[in-house]
Amino acid sequence: MNSDPTAYGQYVDSTMMYISLVSLTFLLGISATMVYFVFKYNRKKGVKPVDIHGSMLLETVWFVIPLILVMSMFYYGFIGYKDFRTIPKDALEINVTARMWNWDFVYANGMNLDTLYVPVNKSIKLNLISNDVNHALYIPAFRIKQDVIGGTQHYMIFKADKIGSYNIACAEYCGLDHSAMYTRVVVMPEEEYNKWYESNTKDEIKEIKTEEVAKKDSTN
Amino acid sequence: MANGTIAIDDKSFLEEGTTKKATGIASWLFSTDHKRIGLMYLIAIAIFFFTGAILGVLMRLELIAPGRTIMDAQTYNTIFTLHGVIMIFLFIIPGIPAVFGNFFLPLQLGAKDVAFPRLNLLSFWIYLIGAALVLISLFVEGGPIDTGWTFYIPYSVRTTTNVSLAIFAAFVLGFSSILTGLNFVTTVHRLRAPGMTYFKMPLFVWSTYATAWIQIIATPVIGITILLVVLERLFGVGIFDPALGGDPVLFQHMFWIYSHPAVYIMILPAMGVVSEIIPTFARRTIFGYRAIAMSSLAIAFIGYLVWAHHMFTSGISETAAIIFSFLTFIVALPSAIKVFNWVATMYKGSIDPQPPFLWVMSFIFLFSIGGLTGLVLGALVTDVHVHDTYFVVAHFHYVMFGGTGTIFFAALYYWFPKMTGKMYNLKLAKFNAALFFVAFNTLYFPKFIMGYMGMPRRYYDYLPEFQNLQVVSTVGSWLMIIVICLIIYNLLSGLLNGSKAEANPWGGVTLEWHIASPPPLENFHEIPEVTHEPYDFSQLKNMKYGLKGESK
Repeated sequence: MNSDPTAYGQYVDSTMMYISLVSLTFLLGISATMVYFVFKYNRKKGVKPVDIHGSMLLETVWFVIPLILVMSMFYYGFIGYKDFRTIPKDALEINVTARMWNWDFVYANGMNLDTLYVPVNKSIKLNLISNDVNHALYIPAFRIKQDVIGGTQHYMIFKADKIGSYNIACAEYCGLDHSAMYTRVVVMPEEEYNKWYESNTKDEIKEIKTEEVAKKDSTN
Repeated sequence: MANGTIAIDDKSFLEEGTTKKATGIASWLFSTDHKRIGLMYLIAIAIFFFTGAILGVLMRLELIAPGRTIMDAQTYNTIFTLHGVIMIFLFIIPGIPAVFGNFFLPLQLGAKDVAFPRLNLLSFWIYLIGAALVLISLFVEGGPIDTGWTFYIPYSVRTTTNVSLAIFAAFVLGFSSILTGLNFVTTVHRLRAPGMTYFKMPLFVWSTYATAWIQIIATPVIGITILLVVLERLFGVGIFDPALGGDPVLFQHMFWIYSHPAVYIMILPAMGVVSEIIPTFARRTIFGYRAIAMSSLAIAFIGYLVWAHHMFTSGISETAAIIFSFLTFIVALPSAIKVFNWVATMYKGSIDPQPPFLWVMSFIFLFSIGGLTGLVLGALVTDVHVHDTYFVVAHFHYVMFGGTGTIFFAALYYWFPKMTGKMYNLKLAKFNAALFFVAFNTLYFPKFIMGYMGMPRRYYDYLPEFQNLQVVSTVGSWLMIIVICLIIYNLLSGLLNGSKAEANPWGGVTLEWHIASPPPLENFHEIPEVTHEPYDFSQLKNMKYGLKGESK
């Protein structure tokens, strides 16, 4: 699972792994016990069932153990989430406007693109606003998502450690072309990004060589 | 309960109605008999369930390949909305309480009917009117609704489809739900047979009772929300739409303040049915009666406090998200306790795995997956990733269809002989249960994987990397529709050509098994005096029971 392009994504995957393993243990335990009982206590002539009304000890045990386990899950979720929502001081800000049915990424120098280009190893803060209905900016490879709504600006933070190009999808249903709101986030080496950024102004945006980037793309 | 003598020559409720003058179909439509009303709900709900299932199959067929397969995007958006609206508002919310609650709550309490029989008929009529409005909204100008069953604003204010009429239908259906809840609470409080203390009530009664409270308290919130949306659409009053100065997240809060408790309206009655079926087929008392009864109430009340876990990515404050995540994990516990107690009830039992029991085994597996994947959605970091993806769709279907739907079938197979006086084909019913298990997992399990891979929900089109799993899921939908057809076939042919059912084919001991199948008009000739615990199988000594021709 260390193929994640972000450290945060890796954290999400390991939390997922933890919850899944605990869940699988319970699922198999419950199912196996049930099937075992059905065979072992199958109705036979002359064998009388035993009425057991309950056990305070067992009720306590199967309250407390799950309680501890779910609290640990809550804790992992909570710690990672705090990280996800904390804005780093040096974050590079990019404004994002969503509309039916495309994305608009606006950089500090005024340039305006439908694909998101970001430097590697740099915290990025996306300021999200919608022009119309609700949308959600979702980068599955980074394990992050944020609803984009009208009227209130929300933000989303990420920091990619791996160069590559990854999908951006809309995750909040927004009508006819909801499923066609795909674009890409392209993570570039810092120097290359700077060179590209400085050579572009609002009026003329040079084509970027995405092929090179795509070659290095390992996950998507 | 000793006086549960069966008078053979009595007329059943199927032959004798409450109406003096009306005959034929009118004697049903105007009947205040809780049993007839329950059966009428069953017919209506079964039709809607089948319709919703067909829509689901059509969606799966569209998704068998990327791009356009059999329909355009607008049609697809309409179909997934209708699938949701029909399954949620017309099938699964009324589902078990309206059919089996109506039929069996008074029987299990030892009552002649519900507390307000006429109000009960009114509930049914309101349900029909609501359903008719949904149908009308499909065909009038503007076209069928395309917002998803969650009606999120601003989309639902801006789309030109018939949102107002469709959600007004949900408003009307809400009243049916509230009145049924009111009726059941009163029935439980006032009409218990002598000797039936609260802790002698069967657990189906407990869970229906807890559900009824949610119906009464939570449903008005969706009514208010719907009226506000209609105001906004028709008169441009700015409440939720940011373009009019409203707040779209406020809508989500109000929607989920109802709709989260509503998922407990859907699942709690099913849990009650499980607590009936397991003791009957294990022929021993339930393990942890009080723990199960109290966990129903706990779910009903804590269930009000977790609604914002549907909104972790909506931009609510971090503090709110953390608190709601915490409470969500707490509400998981009562459900876990129930599952442990059910499995423990099989310990040292005398288990006869007849069809209803097999369905319950299926339920325990599927519902456990549904519940455990809920933990992934409760934890903040994982929820942010899988929110609004197929993972949620899979989780929801495991809980609602694998949970409530499975138990709807289990309850049908359990109580069908009591309701109709006829028996279905047991072998076919066992085969149904097995095939259902395979079909269900083929249909829905791939969605967990697709969801974690990043497949968003409500997508008409998708990336090629998802196609293999989409195809598996679509094949599952074909198996599922075969299972559903087999169930309908089995029950209908049982009804028409089945052998006569015994009064107590399974050896159950709750009060409904002490009277004839089908029961007479007013259920009990003499109101029984309850002296036993609900699952005291020593009563079987004085009862006639067993399947016809059974040698056991």
